[in-house]
Amino acid sequence: MSILTQEQTKRITDRVLSLSKADECIVGIGGERAGNIRFARNAVSTAGLTDDTTLTVRVAFGKRQGTASINEFDDKSLEKAVRRAEDLARLAPENPEFMPAVSKQAYKASNTFVQKTADIDPEIRAQAAAYAIEACRKKGLVSAGFLSDSTSFQTIANSNGVFGHQAATSLDFTCTIRTADGRGSGWVRRSARDLARFDPREAADVAIEKALRSVDAKALEPGRYTVILEPAATSDLLAFMMNGFDARRADEGRSFLTKTGGLNRVGDKLFDQQVNIWSDPWDPLVPVLPWDQNMLPRERQSWVKDGRVADLEYSQFWAKQKGKRAVGSAGNFIMAGSDKSIEELVANTRKGVLVTRTWYIRMVDPQSVALTGLTRDGTFYVENGKIKYPVKNFRFNESPVSMLNNIEELGKPTVLGGDEGPNPMVVPAMKVRDFNFTSLSDAV
Amino acid sequence: MERRTFLNIGTVAFGSMLIPVAGRAIAAEELLSPMAVAAKKALADTALNAATKAGASYCDVRIGRYLNQFVTTRDLNVENVVNTESAGVGVRVICNGAYGFAATSDMTPDGIANAARQAVAIAKANARLQSEPIQLAPVKGVGEVSWATPIKKDWRSVPIKEKAELLIAANKAGMDGGANFMQSMLFQVNQQKYFASTDGSYIDQDLHRLWAPITATAVDKTSGKFRSRSGLAAPVGMGYEYLDARPEHKIKAAGGVATLYTKSYDIVEDARAAGRDAKRKLTAKSVTPGKYDLMLSPEHLYLTIHESVGHPTELDRVLGFEANYAGTSFATLDKWQSKKFKYGSPIVNIVADKTTPGSLGAVGYDDEGVKTKEWNIIKDGILVNYQATRDQAHIIGEKESHGCSYADSWSNVQFQRMPNVSLAAGKKKLTPDEMVKDIKKGIYIVGEGSFSIDQQRYNFQFGGTLFYEIKDGKIGDMLEDVAYQANTQEFWNACSAICDERDWRMGGSFFDGKGQPPQISIVSHGSSTSRFNGINVINTARKIG
Repeated sequence: MSILTQEQTKRITDRVLSLSKADECIVGIGGERAGNIRFARNAVSTAGLTDDTTLTVRVAFGKRQGTASINEFDDKSLEKAVRRAEDLARLAPENPEFMPAVSKQAYKASNTFVQKTADIDPEIRAQAAAYAIEACRKKGLVSAGFLSDSTSFQTIANSNGVFGHQAATSLDFTCTIRTADGRGSGWVRRSARDLARFDPREAADVAIEKALRSVDAKALEPGRYTVILEPAATSDLLAFMMNGFDARRADEGRSFLTKTGGLNRVGDKLFDQQVNIWSDPWDPLVPVLPWDQNMLPRERQSWVKDGRVADLEYSQFWAKQKGKRAVGSAGNFIMAGSDKSIEELVANTRKGVLVTRTWYIRMVDPQSVALTGLTRDGTFYVENGKIKYPVKNFRFNESPVSMLNNIEELGKPTVLGGDEGPNPMVVPAMKVRDFNFTSLSDAV
Repeated sequence: MERRTFLNIGTVAFGSMLIPVAGRAIAAEELLSPMAVAAKKALADTALNAATKAGASYCDVRIGRYLNQFVTTRDLNVENVVNTESAGVGVRVICNGAYGFAATSDMTPDGIANAARQAVAIAKANARLQSEPIQLAPVKGVGEVSWATPIKKDWRSVPIKEKAELLIAANKAGMDGGANFMQSMLFQVNQQKYFASTDGSYIDQDLHRLWAPITATAVDKTSGKFRSRSGLAAPVGMGYEYLDARPEHKIKAAGGVATLYTKSYDIVEDARAAGRDAKRKLTAKSVTPGKYDLMLSPEHLYLTIHESVGHPTELDRVLGFEANYAGTSFATLDKWQSKKFKYGSPIVNIVADKTTPGSLGAVGYDDEGVKTKEWNIIKDGILVNYQATRDQAHIIGEKESHGCSYADSWSNVQFQRMPNVSLAAGKKKLTPDEMVKDIKKGIYIVGEGSFSIDQQRYNFQFGGTLFYEIKDGKIGDMLEDVAYQANTQEFWNACSAICDERDWRMGGSFFDGKGQPPQISIVSHGSSTSRFNGINVINTARKIG
């Protein structure tokens, strides 16, 4: 049984805390039941269900810490875990950057659990796959995809009186549709807490349409183009950039947010006026737990406001060094957009390239957050407000900082789980000028 | 998604660093208590019997105990020491021509029998959607055998204090050398894997791997510039003896620009050089874009081999099983069938193997019980083969599997993964210093950098760690902001020289991702220093804000 109730976990954490003889004790219990189905070549290739619950105990004697974990919950096992953590702590070297456990907190619950998602069964997973498979069989296309869903909980407690318990659900679906001759490929991603927000038919239809439209792509010369980037085309670029919003790295001179002379760039106007990025654990589209991995309460925090760097993320240690208030690290990122559809962004474009998604993005220069990667599964040339024809995929070398400086128009935000970052995001479609495509790819 | 956060917290909770390897934290002394082979055999037989009784025509059982230790340091501080353990059983069956798989951490006879029956039930359900029955290449049962990574010093028996002191000494050396910040880590892995199948195999394996990555960062506060230099050593399939540096295992890069390592690693020496190099990078010359002859050191070229040869010749990608994630491949079956596809120039010979001593991928048997071996993928420049598992061998007319099956844990199903894929040494006598003499306008690249390649493995871009200008046969200034772009086939056909076996050594990856749900694998790639003519180099420097 992987999903425990608050009453069950409270009994366990109280018992663990009472067993500890250390200066402080921190307890976490995490459980997850995760299901998935994978398909390829118009058939199911794998399907699975995993189930696990783990108790983790961290204790400290002074600045010496020890951690132990276990997945058994009888009294004897709990005591074993506590003694093991204490033994490790006595052997461990002192950590000069040790921070004491957080004081008692009042966490404001976020709406991370949806029963309908928790009720997903193999039949629902199979139906999601079956729609794409059957539609492709009828149309002479080839489908491949993956649906994963999760029901989980997390309980936290410490010897200062902290206690929190919250359950969560999620689902993530990706589907690639290719033409049988390999000349066209389309893709779609849908992420949600709530199964009701996921329509596998709608999703598969998007990928099918992209696949059919992308056949016989023409080659455009590499260069700087106005691009209409669907949300999935920028989410990973933004994830790389947000990873740089760490105050310590900026202050120490190891970030694109470092300022000449040893200062950071908080307050600087680094992006277009339209850019607003924040985190909010209670956001209805991407709610996340109201605490971070150090049990600090998360808050709504603005990172970019009207194009200016509004704040950086401070660890407990660095906040103390700099006289700042430590806040829980961000669990999501939300970027403001508009109500405009992608079709409207296309309609407003004289000449440009529409990009469905980007792929294999890697850091080329952390000084400027210069990234490289490629377009994939649906790249189209736009002229006079209409998609004219598919084009071959491009490699780009571009910084998201430059990209967010060159915004012409923002579209409707979409919920996305990223490949490169652990946080759920809400990202708008963007129309951006001077996007730097450096070479062509023959890949379809 | 948040799910990942849950998983991370559940496994290595509250650490200052989230380590991407599953497992529960355990005490050090528990690392050294293996499970008795007889007990594993009894459990395996329980699963095999339960599966066949439920209707399976084939069953394999993997009983795994995966132990990891991570030591992480920053500057002169130890940030974290974590021991993790993950143990359980994975059962794969074929029933009615379809696969079923189930895994459990309940290692009681009842728990394992239940998993076997569940796997059969899944196979029966999957059989309804199966377009053709699974066809396994034959494997003759080997009875009860064992295989172990040949190690001299078990990392589990080395005191933490000794490891921490070594890393701190390296960090200190890096800072003495010129770095403002140093990070060093030890990743240590022991996989106790037991495999049994209805073919009559009971295979017990004890595998060891080790990696000691370092990063030196230098900062110029007046200009706001920072540069990093990572370590030049490979992760290895060896014991802790790898860190007992021996003079005979050190070699000089061409022109003496760096010290490189073969069978052991002087982490303190490399850290000091990393600190010095990071500082020098702050004032290095920015590259002029254009066509250059590239001279690529094995510490760099391994990653190019991995991405542009290793992945495209995975048969599951060629067939489309990875189409939704890692992608497909340009190296399609028709190209292989033609027997004429010029993947590279005639001096390019790419060999796959899972036996090379010291390599990350070396095992005695793969995760389908297939004895490992060596075979050609590219011979004299021509694509001649792929990497296959038992259920794929018949597709390419092979009578036996290549032994390319791997699962990263007991709880994940095994599937086709890359063996060690290496570029054979050149047949003519040639050293790196001799290679430089023939290059008029070139760049010498040592160490890995950024890497990116398209989903069919045509277009790629690679950076590096250290770059040196080559002008009129001589190595010159250090360069910065270098990346090269090429098409895989054009690149390998531009290979004009390969140093001989005296220069052959391996690099490797600890975290090669593939599959959904994603699994990580480990793999080494060997080569000698090699030359590629007329490759497009771009300048990656950008101004922001």
